[in-house]
Amino acid sequence: MNRKWKDGLLLGLIYLAAAFSVLLLAGILGYVFARGISAISLSFLTTVTSALKGTTGIAGNIVNTLYMIALTLLIATPVGIGSAIWLNEYAGKSRWVRLIEFTTETLAGIPSIIYGLFGMVFFGTVLHFGYSILTGAFTLTLMILPLITRNTQEALRAVPDAYRTGAIGMGAARWYMIRTILLPSAMPGIVTGVILAVGRIVGESAALLFTAGSGYLLPKPGTGFLHKILESGGTLAIQLYLSMSKAQYDVAFGIAVVLLGIVLLINLTTRLLTGRTDAASRG
Amino acid sequence: MDNIKIKTEKLNLYYGGNHALRDIDMSIRANAVTAFIGPSGCGKSTFLKTLNRMNDLIDSVKIEGRVLLDGEDIYAPKVDTTLLRKRVGMVFQQPNPFPMSIYDNIAYGPRIHGIRKRAELDGIVERSLRGAAIWNEVKDRLHKPALGLSGGQQQRLCIARALAVEPEVLLMDEPTSALDPISTLKVEELMGELKKDYTVVVVTHNMQQAARVSDDAAFFLVGEVIEFDSTINLFSRPRDKRTEDYITGRFG
Amino acid sequence: MSPRTMFESELTQLRENLKQMCFHVEAVYDRLFAALENGDEEGVLAILEQDSATREMEKRVEAECLALITRQQPMAKDLRVVSASLKVVTDIQRVGVHVTDMAELILRLRLQELSGFSGNLPGMVRATQHLLHSAIEAFLHRSTEAARTVIEGDDEVDDLFNLVKNDLVELLKKDAAEVDDCIDVLMLAKYLEKIGDHAVNVGEWEIFQETGNMRETRIL
Repeated sequence: MNRKWKDGLLLGLIYLAAAFSVLLLAGILGYVFARGISAISLSFLTTVTSALKGTTGIAGNIVNTLYMIALTLLIATPVGIGSAIWLNEYAGKSRWVRLIEFTTETLAGIPSIIYGLFGMVFFGTVLHFGYSILTGAFTLTLMILPLITRNTQEALRAVPDAYRTGAIGMGAARWYMIRTILLPSAMPGIVTGVILAVGRIVGESAALLFTAGSGYLLPKPGTGFLHKILESGGTLAIQLYLSMSKAQYDVAFGIAVVLLGIVLLINLTTRLLTGRTDAASRG
Repeated sequence: MDNIKIKTEKLNLYYGGNHALRDIDMSIRANAVTAFIGPSGCGKSTFLKTLNRMNDLIDSVKIEGRVLLDGEDIYAPKVDTTLLRKRVGMVFQQPNPFPMSIYDNIAYGPRIHGIRKRAELDGIVERSLRGAAIWNEVKDRLHKPALGLSGGQQQRLCIARALAVEPEVLLMDEPTSALDPISTLKVEELMGELKKDYTVVVVTHNMQQAARVSDDAAFFLVGEVIEFDSTINLFSRPRDKRTEDYITGRFG
Repeated sequence: MSPRTMFESELTQLRENLKQMCFHVEAVYDRLFAALENGDEEGVLAILEQDSATREMEKRVEAECLALITRQQPMAKDLRVVSASLKVVTDIQRVGVHVTDMAELILRLRLQELSGFSGNLPGMVRATQHLLHSAIEAFLHRSTEAARTVIEGDDEVDDLFNLVKNDLVELLKKDAAEVDDCIDVLMLAKYLEKIGDHAVNVGEWEIFQETGNMRETRIL
């Protein structure tokens, strides 16, 4: 009798907590959309802000964000996956490996402004990359490397040892086994890690403010990819921050809507991709 | 005298400080089924793995003595383990088909060894699946995932996969311990068929299975071979009291 | 199809060898009385040599049965077949021994015609031969029907034995000088009667092989 009553109370509290978090999310989303949706127009998405032309737009920031994602992943994905493979499949169980794993975990917990500080000084000043997308991408690489490495490691660990011994037992060399069995099996986990990393890149501001800078212009026609990455380029999150600090709240909420849209898109893509690769391996 | 396929001489194996195999001298006959029995941890599986150097994967293992395959030491420095494992194939306790199609599972080994031609692979796949007595069950779904097969079928698929590289010796590490009785019988029957073309070595902790399938049997106890004899002798009149105690279930 | 084709083939081999042993002993029996009829002393002597062959066959079947039990752990029907075979070889082997014993008696009797001692004796020889043959057929073809006929048919052999015994008593009352021969003939008749008993056993093992029952009592 008493126990039943207690159970009921607890169940009620749990439902309340769940309802609270759902309402919170819905509230934030609703408010942001309500405030921001009016700022969104074709010219907002396709032009850059210009006093001369009298336009307010974030096209440059969208392009910068895409550049940032592409460049960072280009560096971080191979390095992250590579180091995960090394740690899991080659390194064994030495003290060194434990140290590296501990370091990786710690790196993941460092506040991003510290990455920004380091990136600005090391890549920007010491290596003379200045305020540029490249400096930003290097900095973000440091930040998301642990994410990709850890996720890949987890995915590799989840591959049954029986696959490894099976392949080795047939005479496969280790790298052949990794390439043909492990990586395909671990792919859903690896993809998840990479897409989470994309989320971090899109949402990051502190680490980019003093590394990639706040340039908002579109790339000049005909200058090419390499030229652009050596220029300053603020992502959407940076532009959001700048707009806020200038009290341009309508623009800020507009960007917020775009950002939320992108994050939503990324989450859905992750589900779709991992769902599909899972299904493919299970049949 | 019978044709000896594998011979070990004073084989000792250490896991770190643990002396896991002690002075094992054994001659394994070609085209026969040799079974290893003994309680858990007696070294039978470890010994099996020394026969195609699967213990190489473990860092702390140290091996002394010789393992001769057709008279040549497989632990000699110049030995290529890829080629060794092609000659000495292995089937594991848990059926472990790779997460790919039945066809690709069978073709995996041949591809390692450089066979790429579709027609050639087709032939190997069919021959191997027939050799493992599973062709009729899977011939209509070769390109379906292997993980969709039943446990017993998966294990025969793994045997087929091992056969695909045309090994000379087939090592089987408790191949039926994860299977139901009917699948077990099918695999046992298969062993009897396989010995016509291959040398089969099987580890089992099912004594009845050893009695059923093997021609020769070895009883292992704490890293030593206590007795090695023809299966009928080992099970009808063991020479060592420890063997007798074990096979009569009076093992203390 | 049974997945245990190897076990099946070993079982088939066992039954084949058992069949050969049965046919061998039957043939020895037939040859003994054919040799007697033809007055062929060499032929009777040859019977004495047959015993070792029978024993070899017995040993082979026994070894096969034991190997099957050791290695294949037969169950249910298979267990009954193997254990019945193990028992039947003993009966058949005893029949073989009795035939050899009869050959010795016939030599001692200097191959005299048996009908001279008892008019019922040739009939008893035929009846016993028929009973043995039927029992073996019943066992090999696994017919409980035929086995029951064999078990009932033994009464005929037993009755004939009593008739032969009475004939011999009558003969001795008339002429005591033939006592030695008469005792030998009586023993021969007794061997025939014993062979009849073994035939009954074979029939009973057939029924056991199918049902697990021995003389209406469950033993497996």
